[in-house]
Amino acid sequence: MTVTASASDARSRPIQVWLLVWAAALAAVLVVFLLQDRLPWAVNYPASAVVPVADWVSALMRWIKSNLSWLTRSITAVLGVPLDFALNLLAKNFKIGHGADAYVLPRLSWVGVCAAAFLAGHAVGGRKLSLLVGGCFLYIALFGQWTSAMLTLALISIAVPFCIVTGLFAGIWAWRKPWAERLIVSPALDLMQTIPTFAYLIPMLLLFGNSPVSAMIATAIFATPPMVRATMLGLSRVPSEIDDFSEMAGCTARQKLWRVLLPSARPTLMVGVNQVIMLALNMVIIASMIGAGGLGYDVLLALRALKVGEAMEAGLAIVALAIALDRLSQAIAHKQAKGHVHQEISPSLWRRYPNLTLAIAILVVTTLLGLFVPAFAAVPKAITFTTAPLWKAAVNWVTINFFDTIEAFRVALILNVLNPLRAFCEGFPWLGAVFLLGLAGYQLSGLRLAVLVAALTAFCAVTGLWEKTMATVYLCGISAFIACLIGIPIGLMASRSDRFEKIVTPIIDTLQVLPSFCFIIPVVMLFRVGDVTAMIATIAFAVVPAIRYTNHGIRQVPPALIEAAKVSGCTPRQTFFRVQLPLALPEIMLGVNQTILMALAMIIICAMVGTRDLGQEVFIALSKADSGRGIVAGLAIAFIGIVADRLFSAWTAKARARLG
Amino acid sequence: MTDKTEQGSIGAGTPHDVRPVKLACRNVWKLFGSNAASFIRERDGKASMADVTAAGLVGAVRAVDLEIRQGEIFIIMGLSGSGKSTLVRCMSRLVEPSHGKVEFEGNDLLKISDAALIELRRHRMGMVFQNFALLPHLNVLENIAFPLSIQGQDRPTREARAREVIELVGLRGREHFYPRELSGGQQQRVGIARSLATKPEIWFLDEPFSALDPLIRREMQDELMRLQTMLHKTIVFITHDFDEAIRLADRIAIMKDGEVIQIGTPEELVVNPATDYVAEFTRDVDRAKVISARSLMRACDGSEHGGTVAAEAKISSFSASIVSANKPFAVVNGTGKPIGEVTPQAVIDLLAGIDRSRAGA
Repeated sequence: MTVTASASDARSRPIQVWLLVWAAALAAVLVVFLLQDRLPWAVNYPASAVVPVADWVSALMRWIKSNLSWLTRSITAVLGVPLDFALNLLAKNFKIGHGADAYVLPRLSWVGVCAAAFLAGHAVGGRKLSLLVGGCFLYIALFGQWTSAMLTLALISIAVPFCIVTGLFAGIWAWRKPWAERLIVSPALDLMQTIPTFAYLIPMLLLFGNSPVSAMIATAIFATPPMVRATMLGLSRVPSEIDDFSEMAGCTARQKLWRVLLPSARPTLMVGVNQVIMLALNMVIIASMIGAGGLGYDVLLALRALKVGEAMEAGLAIVALAIALDRLSQAIAHKQAKGHVHQEISPSLWRRYPNLTLAIAILVVTTLLGLFVPAFAAVPKAITFTTAPLWKAAVNWVTINFFDTIEAFRVALILNVLNPLRAFCEGFPWLGAVFLLGLAGYQLSGLRLAVLVAALTAFCAVTGLWEKTMATVYLCGISAFIACLIGIPIGLMASRSDRFEKIVTPIIDTLQVLPSFCFIIPVVMLFRVGDVTAMIATIAFAVVPAIRYTNHGIRQVPPALIEAAKVSGCTPRQTFFRVQLPLALPEIMLGVNQTILMALAMIIICAMVGTRDLGQEVFIALSKADSGRGIVAGLAIAFIGIVADRLFSAWTAKARARLG
Repeated sequence: MTDKTEQGSIGAGTPHDVRPVKLACRNVWKLFGSNAASFIRERDGKASMADVTAAGLVGAVRAVDLEIRQGEIFIIMGLSGSGKSTLVRCMSRLVEPSHGKVEFEGNDLLKISDAALIELRRHRMGMVFQNFALLPHLNVLENIAFPLSIQGQDRPTREARAREVIELVGLRGREHFYPRELSGGQQQRVGIARSLATKPEIWFLDEPFSALDPLIRREMQDELMRLQTMLHKTIVFITHDFDEAIRLADRIAIMKDGEVIQIGTPEELVVNPATDYVAEFTRDVDRAKVISARSLMRACDGSEHGGTVAAEAKISSFSASIVSANKPFAVVNGTGKPIGEVTPQAVIDLLAGIDRSRAGA
């Protein structure tokens, strides 16, 4: 008895101390806020003290541009070769020679590509998948998006192998050298994944010009991290016995890596490949702003001209392409994970790979036919149809009939929720934020985290971006908050009902593969541009991890513990609140963390629909090709993400440690 | 490539103590923790459990001395956490010992170069793992041929050899199956075949049957004995199952907390357990199957004999006939010379003693 009493004493005391500390800290910040007439420098960072980091970066980029142009030009030339080949093969036709007497080799026939898609689905996932994948391609063809979609696909098909190879080698390096992982690879990956996609585009635009090559490089940089992570994870997960076996078989270091460890890690690597493909698609769409062309460009043009119907149609084509690529690569990964099935070895290629040979044959035949029959070369206008007028009519109908309701909702939201919050955030003293976040870091993990968090927060103020940073935090915060408010209950319901889970899973799977662009289109139609649109699109985009992690967290509670709870006489309610929920809390917090990061990424893209925050800053910099301004704003966004991520991770780690 | 043990003159019949030492551990230590190697070096290879713990180290293997002789089945037996897996990994240098010597045919394994070690493992050592450690992306044939392909053998040569060992372990017809399509017992047969493909001289078996269910385990033990009568490998076998150790071993080393507490034949362990800990293991053993006529015999007192038994014969092999004959049996040595006798009463006492101890348990 005395032992437990003293133990609980010891545990409760530090918590009370922290309560006092926090009360004092908040009071201090309040005092600073109230005294802002006396201490203006503590609330708004003085303009005279802004460190011109942006100018330095611009100068550096200018120097690189003028001194290393031979390098960037040769990179463009080298990468341009395979890229042009892929673009010509899938979308453009090969032109040999110039002018009128140029000899034209046709691109792959759309009929052949659709057939190949059917067969690929059939080969890895059976009839259901073949119908889905083939259907998606057919949809793209029939809705008149063929050339744009193939441009996008060509870019992806060149960028993805590049990402996979780079990611694989970086992952192997990091796995072999723990110091490299700790000092170089991990921080680099964190930065690469939290810097907003737009910010990548600016230096690429400067160095490589407005061309598909710079879009491809930006895509490759953005999409590589998951491959690095998957490689590190896969290699570290290979059972130690397999490692021992390779030693005992007398493998050299190289044989061990390439013939034992990497093949054993293949299922995990394939998950990485799937993620690389999806990220590459996402980025190629965004990179349409710097010359990638393709579907993203169509959406961008249509959105700029407020042609909602066309935007919606191109957006749906992106969705179709995303679903096809995702399901196909997932099926391949799944097949790898399930392992091989023996089959009789037959000598002929045709027998061993019937789908592949058939696909190649059809591609060749239809492409050759395309030389004589135009219907094979290009999708005939007669069989395509467009739904653009339909979408436009639908939007018109909604606007005419529900304009008042929607407008009232929008205005009420802005006046009562968004504007006050925004005012609060933008007026928040920067010194107070640095101090409070540092304190949180110290409580959760220690001095190192405190210094990191405080330094990153201070960066946002010192570069003169404090107000915009806080505008971003406000919009991101409220969107993530609402996303959690929606997502966690849905996740809880899904965890308690298999039927509900079956309905929810395909929806969130689909939401997750959609490029972020696609979320903006329908919302813009209804709410026009502004903060409300950004918020709603962000919620839709960021709700997925909250649902997924909550569901998974509750479901992974060991059945033995639930049985133990039942045997001790818990009602279902008690079991849920006293056993499942506490045990699932770390996982749920991880979901919240992911939701915040995804919300942040989306908020930035929403700059396209007229938010006034760091995203807008990057967006303006992009249109002016002002690299310093864009990169500093991009870093500020990344630092918001890193601060949130580190604090949440530390909190989750603490909760995990408590549960043991 | 010739296989020394398969063709060598030293067979299973040679007494253990005259066979040459194949592998020896001399004061081998493996400590985990910072500065483990310097800790044990400074103490000149001597430290008590208390010293090790006080230094904040974990003593996985402590002061192990043992000699494994050519062609014997040497079993290292211990409960989980006793250091037996670490010890066997020290013997093959999968784990680098903190101190001591591991001698392979008299040469210190810890001193040879990496290239020599690779060569040694490629041609002279084989290992079987508890969870099989088969490569999931290769089929049975490719898995078994894998160690040969690592050595650079061409496809026809290595596949021919792989088919030989597939035949040996009774997996014909499964060549093109993948590991996940096989049962646990079949997977371990693949593991065994793979480790035999290189014709190793010393064969490490790390709890090879622990992941299998009891019936299959029994079957695999018989299989191992069958292979050993053909191949005469030097076997280092790890197990936590004392019955398995008794069934298979020529000699057993019992480990506890990283130390070897007794080495001996099953019979020696049963008759003369060194500590209470060993005695606890041997308590439920079927003594008639372990104890030989030699241990039970007394000097002849001139009474009439109802038959003769070899000195090495286990009691269980003649208990029924001696009890029904109700006369002492003469015990003869290898040359047929009588060296003593066993009385029916001694056999009955032994059998009854087991029954009594079982009833008490």
